Amino acid sequence: MKELSLNILDIAQNSVKAKASLIEIEIDETDEKLTIIIRDNGCGISKEILEGVTNPFYTTRTTRNVGLGIPLLKDACEQTGGSFEIKSQQKNEENLISGTEVRASFFKNHLDFTPLGDTVSTVTTLIQGSPDIDFIFSHNKCGSKVFLSTLEMREVLGEIPLNSFEVIKWAGDCLKEQYQDIVK
Amino acid sequence: MKSLQELAAIREKMKGKVNLREGSNDIRVVVGMATCGIAAGARPVLNAFVEAVEKEGLTDKVTVSQTGCIGICQYEPVVEIFEAGKEKVTYVKMTAEKALEVVEKHLKGGNAVLEYTIANNK
Ligand SMILES: Nc1ncnc2c1ncn2[C@@H]1O[C@H](COP(=O)(O)OP(=O)(O)OP(=O)(O)O)[C@@H](O)[C@H]1O
Ligand SMILES: [Mg+2]
Repeated sequence: MKELSLNILDIAQNSVKAKASLIEIEIDETDEKLTIIIRDNGCGISKEILEGVTNPFYTTRTTRNVGLGIPLLKDACEQTGGSFEIKSQQKNEENLISGTEVRASFFKNHLDFTPLGDTVSTVTTLIQGSPDIDFIFSHNKCGSKVFLSTLEMREVLGEIPLNSFEVIKWAGDCLKEQYQDIVK
Repeated sequence: MKSLQELAAIREKMKGKVNLREGSNDIRVVVGMATCGIAAGARPVLNAFVEAVEKEGLTDKVTVSQTGCIGICQYEPVVEIFEAGKEKVTYVKMTAEKALEVVEKHLKGGNAVLEYTIANNK
């Protein structure tokens, strides 16, 4: 992928497929390190699948027998000397909650670091595609924070769908303005 | 920062318009957004459709949505257009520029841009 923001979009689509009602995307950035965390409350991944999931020849998809999304992100962070972790929980007799957390850390000064790219477009694309799912996005960079929660938006909007053009545009502008303040 | 008051103003403006929109969409634009599509550039294609459909005032007639893998990864980004009573049109190797042309000629003008369809790209 050309930008890490595209990996984020792709990994979040796994959470959408897993029927999550809440997807959290967190980016923590310092001068040297960038960490991406994508957390959902979807159906979770079984132990068997979880073991094979970072191997590019594994997928449950029927149209093609190679799952690429997770291996791509894993490679992107490991080639910078960073680390990758995926934790998942399915519902069973002991566990009443399910969900998945993907965590990828990158060393930004490494030659093979892929730039983060357009995170705003990733967030608006997710809202446009899944207006009934809630997204909480935060990007922490050296003490400043960019934040957007569709839970807050939904409270204001009532019955107006989140994928209305004006609403998506507001969300994009809201994030862009916050990014401008960070850059200053 | 953009305030939630602005969002409340959007709600007021849109109230009443919502029900009117439902059910009246007769063209569906579906963009493949699986890993293969995203890697090939589906995100800007989707956004080009969303913006152009709004700009051309087609939102009552056209919905733009996302789907997973369409199964023809080598042709990504892939866009399918469904219209009641017509055969599905599959556009392949799309870009934002091609998307604008499809909005203009196909969605507005009613004529598929054959040059970009799968039949002409095999
Ligand atoms: N958040 C999640 N919740 C539940 N299952 C998941 C989640 N993320 C991944 N999986 C499981 O792991 C598999 C592998 O995911 P991966 O993204 O690598 O490939 P894929 O989604 O199958 O295909 P591709 O990403 O190439 O389009 C998925 O098919 C799914 O079964
Ligand atoms: Mg995937």
